[in-house]
Amino acid sequence: MDGEVILLDAYASMFGMRLRIALAEKGVKYEYREENLPKKSPFLFQMNPIHKKVPVLIHNGKPICESLIALQYIDEVWHDKNPLLPSDPYKRAQARLWADFVDQKVHTLGRKTWSAKGEEQEAAKKEFIEALKVLEGELGEKPYFGGEEFGYVDVALIPFYSWFHAYETCGNFKIGTECPKFVAWAKRSMQRESVSKSLADPEKVYDFVLILKKHFGVE
Amino acid sequence: MAEEVKLFRTWSSRYSWRIVWALKLKGIEYETIFEDLTNKSPSLLQYNPIHGKVPVLVHDGKPVCESLVILEYVDETWKHNPLLPQDPYEKSMARFWANFGDDKLMKSISQLFIAHEKDQEVAAVAALENLKLVEEQLKGKKFFHGETIGYLDLAFGWIANLVSILEEIMSLKLVDGERFPHLSSWIQHFMDAPVIRDCWPPRDKMIIKYQVMREKYLAAATPK
Repeated sequence: MDGEVILLDAYASMFGMRLRIALAEKGVKYEYREENLPKKSPFLFQMNPIHKKVPVLIHNGKPICESLIALQYIDEVWHDKNPLLPSDPYKRAQARLWADFVDQKVHTLGRKTWSAKGEEQEAAKKEFIEALKVLEGELGEKPYFGGEEFGYVDVALIPFYSWFHAYETCGNFKIGTECPKFVAWAKRSMQRESVSKSLADPEKVYDFVLILKKHFGVE
Repeated sequence: MAEEVKLFRTWSSRYSWRIVWALKLKGIEYETIFEDLTNKSPSLLQYNPIHGKVPVLVHDGKPVCESLVILEYVDETWKHNPLLPQDPYEKSMARFWANFGDDKLMKSISQLFIAHEKDQEVAAVAALENLKLVEEQLKGKKFFHGETIGYLDLAFGWIANLVSILEEIMSLKLVDGERFPHLSSWIQHFMDAPVIRDCWPPRDKMIIKYQVMREKYLAAATPK
């Protein structure tokens, strides 16, 4: 009934975690295939020839690349269980914008906290905290970004929480003290089984970041 | 109850033109507010506090930003003449290629546009490779959406207009009929479509704008 679902992923990928969470929320059975990053398999090149990245969702043989596109696909195909995007067009537009903000700011700046050095790293740390504060503002008093229910933006954002330990250790800063509301939301989200089972262990993420640093020649 | 629809845009922004075309396709009446991006209005900054960019669609006082997000909003709010495919997989493909257009394709063409002569050949290879991928998506269809114009045609609309302007300035042909028969054909169909025809920024103004932009980049990049 669900068809054949394969998730081509990498354990520490925050983008892959988004899809693991969504598939769990929808109760979809799938086959998980691990890519041994930074090495990439011929199968990955075949499934995602343009970007050559994980995750790739493969449904009945058809690949869907880019995590937010695949996330919307999952929500549309398995729309009857735990909808992630709201039904109102304006609220949907806001959700899409905030998910885009997560990619543009949280991901890009978070990456620099471990891959950049000196002044660039300091600036990235500062802007990263500012971005989280903007998100705290958007969250307001709601339990989730989706309102009362865990939704699209929550799924898009929560995987980055598993990378905080790596960001903090490499960047030598503490995120929780600056953004307590954000951490409270993250801990609330972690209480959901779909999230706790899908997020990578922060220590393992840190080990992976060390591998990446070596691979990219960041000392 | 009459709806109030406003579109904040500039005369040249390729992202804004997508919304002009979409609203025309849906037959939606709206008010245009032209912005000077060197002197942004308080309204624009209020409606788009994070990026302060155009286009912004304001529907009954509620702002929607980012052109591809706006296109989906327009399609979901006014459901006649659908822009996106119904099938979730086809929809995903449309979204994927729209993102590809804005990201990889546009970047590679921009790189070529501001490249010094000695770097042009290498830059052209990337741009041509990306254009080839877009050509393949047409698969002999009249429009990316099929028989009628849709989301991906609007997202790629800048190819039909801006590319020929850049070609003229660079004296370099990118999308030629031999190498890109489907894309060339699509450009013709797109430009001839009643909704699109004459719904362009003025060409002479665009040529001056991009010529000035190119000269600035080339001058800045020249080693002293």
